[in-house]
Formats: sequence, structure tokens, C-alpha cells
Amino acid sequence: MVDASTSAHGDIKLSNLTKSFADFTAVDDLTLTIPEGSFFALLGPSGCGKTTTLRMIAGLEEPTAGSIFIGNTDITHMRPYKRPVNTVFQNYALFPHLSIFENVAFGLRRRGIKDVKEQVDKVLDLVELPHLAQRKPLQLSGGQQQRIAVARAIVNRPALLLLDEPLGALDLKLRRQMQIELKWIQTEIGLTFVHVTHDQEEAMTMADTIAVMNEGRIEQMGSPADLYDNPKTAFVANFLGQSNLIKGSIESNGSESLVVNLFGQKVAVPRARSSARDSSILVGIRPEKLRISPETSSASGNVLTGGIIEDVSYIGVSTQYQVLMPWGQELMVFEQNDDGVPPLDKGDRITLSWEPIFTFGLDGSEDANAGSELHNDEEE
Amino acid sequence: MRKARRWFSRNLIRIYAVMGFTYLFIPVLYTFAFSFNNSSKSNLVWRGFTFNNWKNPCGAPDVCNALGNSIKIGLIATAIATVLGTMIAFALGRYAFKGRSLVNLLIFLPMATPELVLGASLLTMFLNFGFNPGFVTIVIAHVMFCISFVVVTVKARIASLDPRLEQAAMDLYADERETFRRITFPLLAPGIAGAALLAFSLSFDDFIITNFNSGNVNTFPKFVYISAERGLPAQANVIGSAMFFIALIVVLLGQVVQRRRKVS
Repeated sequence: MVDASTSAHGDIKLSNLTKSFADFTAVDDLTLTIPEGSFFALLGPSGCGKTTTLRMIAGLEEPTAGSIFIGNTDITHMRPYKRPVNTVFQNYALFPHLSIFENVAFGLRRRGIKDVKEQVDKVLDLVELPHLAQRKPLQLSGGQQQRIAVARAIVNRPALLLLDEPLGALDLKLRRQMQIELKWIQTEIGLTFVHVTHDQEEAMTMADTIAVMNEGRIEQMGSPADLYDNPKTAFVANFLGQSNLIKGSIESNGSESLVVNLFGQKVAVPRARSSARDSSILVGIRPEKLRISPETSSASGNVLTGGIIEDVSYIGVSTQYQVLMPWGQELMVFEQNDDGVPPLDKGDRITLSWEPIFTFGLDGSEDANAGSELHNDEEE
Repeated sequence: MRKARRWFSRNLIRIYAVMGFTYLFIPVLYTFAFSFNNSSKSNLVWRGFTFNNWKNPCGAPDVCNALGNSIKIGLIATAIATVLGTMIAFALGRYAFKGRSLVNLLIFLPMATPELVLGASLLTMFLNFGFNPGFVTIVIAHVMFCISFVVVTVKARIASLDPRLEQAAMDLYADERETFRRITFPLLAPGIAGAALLAFSLSFDDFIITNFNSGNVNTFPKFVYISAERGLPAQANVIGSAMFFIALIVVLLGQVVQRRRKVS
């Protein structure tokens, strides 16, 4: 049988990939390249099309238009069992009537490999569960089932491993541990991983490259640090971490930086970090970059005065302030508790300041709240 | 007095249960007891204990011939109804097609129609088409009413089967046939087996429809009905009791197998 299940490898290229259902478009003209050997995350809220994209790559969903290539092999319309792609399913989908050993050996046996024991034992060692080989899936804990699901997929050495919200069913502590283990396994065996998740922290911990998806399109793609520091849209700024986005208008356009009027107060925005198309701009600043100080003390850099503390939450390592600005907007401030100064109190009048270099600018026509209500959304 | 009343209210559910089970099992016990009756013709009056009936279950005229027919019909009808019913259940449970809801409704009809009506109209149809009632017509009739039960049972099982298991198999290089053989069928097998047992028991003890469509072929229920008029031989009790215990053993075995599956 001639198929691509073992031969094809290389970068994964999605070109103009589209999936339309009767009444909506789940994936809208998606084009992207996933480099061979990378850990790639598709991040977005439920219904953004990330799972549909994954299922099209796996062959479980037929694209409406566009193509999928692995290296030079077109797999767009290939049956799922002919693709060099394996999937770790949400809730694992382990075969309940087969032992752990047979679950892991399933893919090898279907490809006609006779002597599976060595490979299965090796991969069970890799996930540190060799003693469970003769058990049935339902006798395993969630974390163990998750590792077996990974083992069952990677034992086949696919060109591409797909992970569909693989950690969604685990509790927080176990999830953290599995994030590190998955990353380690990926580095160890050097396969290309495509990981679908709605959890921004999970994506940032594990992935080399993150594509943030929203409504069937990619909002922005880049390294975790790049996305966090230089969001290009309000959706990315709010979905990846938190952002304070303040409406303003550009007053003057220097070679290095823009001067922006924020409700009568002037701040500088590095020109290179602004994606505003005209004079209307959303000025963005991350809560942990803001410094908070009593109104009476002096402040340098970009300064906003006239704030009143509305709420104080002491978290231990940091204190979170909610500050009401004169124009009625609430801003978030995270202050490290590393200077021995007691936190400020509710009702205090304060000044906010930050280094201009940390400022980013978004186009003024954007909705400043886009994506913020989707935080810690449930899985699809 | 008050103490007695309190005892009564506390044990009401137990008393109720005992009464319920007594009501259910007295006929069975009666049948079993009278299978040991040393009767000559009629098995209505207790005439002393004997093992003779159990030693010689075919002793009464025609009883084993009727039993053999019932078992043959039951096995053939069950096999056909289970295969066809499972296929219908797959079609209804897995595929969207025009008229699916209509088929869903039609499948329920044989279960809802009075047997008398089914039996009579089947006979009319067979006679109109020039079929002589006999073994074949009984099988056809039994397949017809067993299919509905198979479809309903298997469909429920299919609905509870996680489609991701089959997708996972396809993802792991199993083509459609292998996926069915390795994953779908083994997971549905308990449901299909249950449906087959149900079909067999329905076929085995059907009297009304069979009576219309059997011509001069005798089945066990028909034998019991006819001989009841002139006195039922104790062998009928023997066979009835034996069937009951076989069914009991099958159910118990099923339970044991399921429990073991879960543990190991």
C-alpha cells in the first residue's frame, strides 16, 4: 500500500484553508506555515475555529476550500489513516476494551509491524508508566490516561502530532506538571507539535510560536514574548494577559515617538510599536508595567494624574489595584511587593507612571474590550 | 400497639417488596413444583413426588417436536432479525438521510400494534400471495416483530458510543473495515448480544402471531395451549422450568462477565 503515513515530512503549510457549515464559517481563508520540529499553538476562545482547523489537518473534517501540505505531499483530501499525523484527543479517547499495551500498540499493528513490544515498552518508559501496560484505561487516573494518549500517538513517530485541548480535563497542579512534561517530550523526540488550546498560559508555557485565532481567522502570530509585548490588535492585547487600553488622539508625529493626547494628558508612544492607521489611537500598557505613587510624590516617564484607588487586592507576591481615572475608565495596576512599602489604601489619590518604551499603540477604531470577556473560557 | 405501628412503618418497603416478589414468583414456583408431580394424564392435582418427568422430558406425545421447532424458529429468526436490525440501527443512528424520522416511527409500529392484528393481517397477506402457512411463515413473522426490538436496543448502544473512539482508530491507521472490526463491533457487542437474547425470548414464547401463521406446525407455546384443554402433561412443566433456569444462568453469566471486564 502506497501512502504518506511514514514517508512525508517537512513544514506544514495551510493555504487559504476554509471550512463553512450551513450557517457559519468556522475557518475563514486561513494561511500559515508551521516549521518542522516546532511546538506550535493555536490559541483562541471556544468557537474560534481552532479545533476545526486541527480536525481538517487530522482528516476528520473535509475542508470547503484550500489545501494542506506536509513538505511536498498534498494531504488535503487524504483519508485520516493515510496521513502521517496522529492526534491526542480531548478526553483522550482511549479504547476502553483494550489494555494499555494494546492501546499503544494499535497504530503500529495497523501498519503491519509485527514486533511491537520493544517500541511500546520504550514509549511507556518515556511517559513513565511501564508498570501499567496490562491495565485497562478506566483503571487509570486522568493524568495517567493523558500520558497514555500521548504515548499512543508518538509511538508512531508521525510527521505531525496534534493535541486537542489535551490538558483541559486535568486539575491545575497536574496541568502545570504535564505542560512541562509535554514540552520535554517534544524536545526529546523532535516531532512537530500543533497544540490547540483556549488557555493562554498553557500556550505561552509550551509553544515556540502561537497563532491567536478569533472568528475563524488568525489575529496575530509570533513567539509568546512577541505577542505579549507587541500585540497588534485589541483582541490579542486582552486575550493574552491583561491590558489597559485608553482611547486617545495623536497630536504630533515625531521620528522616534508619537505624542498622544489621553483626555488632556500627554504621553509618548514609540512609533515602531504603534499600529494606528490615523490620528485615532488606543494606547496600551500592561498592568505590571505601571507604577503607582501617591499624588504628592513626583513621577517620571509617561505620567497620568488624577486617579483614585477603587479596590486593592493583596495577592502576596503582588498587589493588584483598580484605579478610577478622571475620564471614568478603570485601569488595572499590578505592583510587586518587593520594596517594603505598605500598599496604598482604597480612596487614595494617586499618580500612574511608566517607561514610554513599554507603551504600545493600537488602531483607534478597535473595540477596547475585544477578547477581554473571554478569559479562562471553558473548553469547546 | 405504637411499637408495632412503628415497626410496620419502618419495614413497609420490605413488606411491599416481599409481597411483590411473592406475586411474581408463585407461578414459577408452582410450575417448578408440579414438574415433580407423579401425574398420569392431567397435572392439576398433586399425586406424589417423582423424578420421572425430569428423567424423561420427551415422554409426552409431541412435546419435544414442538420444543425443537420453537428452538429452531427462535435461532433462525434471531439470527436474521439481529443482523438486519443492527444494520438498520446503524443507518438510523449514524447517517442522516431523507425519511429517517419516518423510518424511526415505522420501526416502533410493530411494537405498538396489537399482536392479534399483526397475526391476522400477516395470515391474510400470506394467503393472498399463495403462501401456505408453516415453518417459513412463522420465521418471517417472528423476524418482523423481533427487528423492532433489536433496532431500538442496538440504536441506544450506538448513541452512547463516543464517535471519537472510531476517529481515534482512523487516526491510528485503521481503515473503515479495521475500525469496525477492532473498535466499533467489540464495543457494541454486548448491546447486540442483549438484543439477540431479547429477540430469542420474544420468538420463543410468542403464541398469538404464531398461532395465526403456523398452519399445522407445532411450537412449544402452541403445544401448551392446545394440550391445556385436555390436560397439560408434567413434561411441559419440566421444559418450562428448565427454560427459566437456563435464562437465569445466562443472565447471571452476563453479570459475572461484565463485572470481570470492569475489574481486569
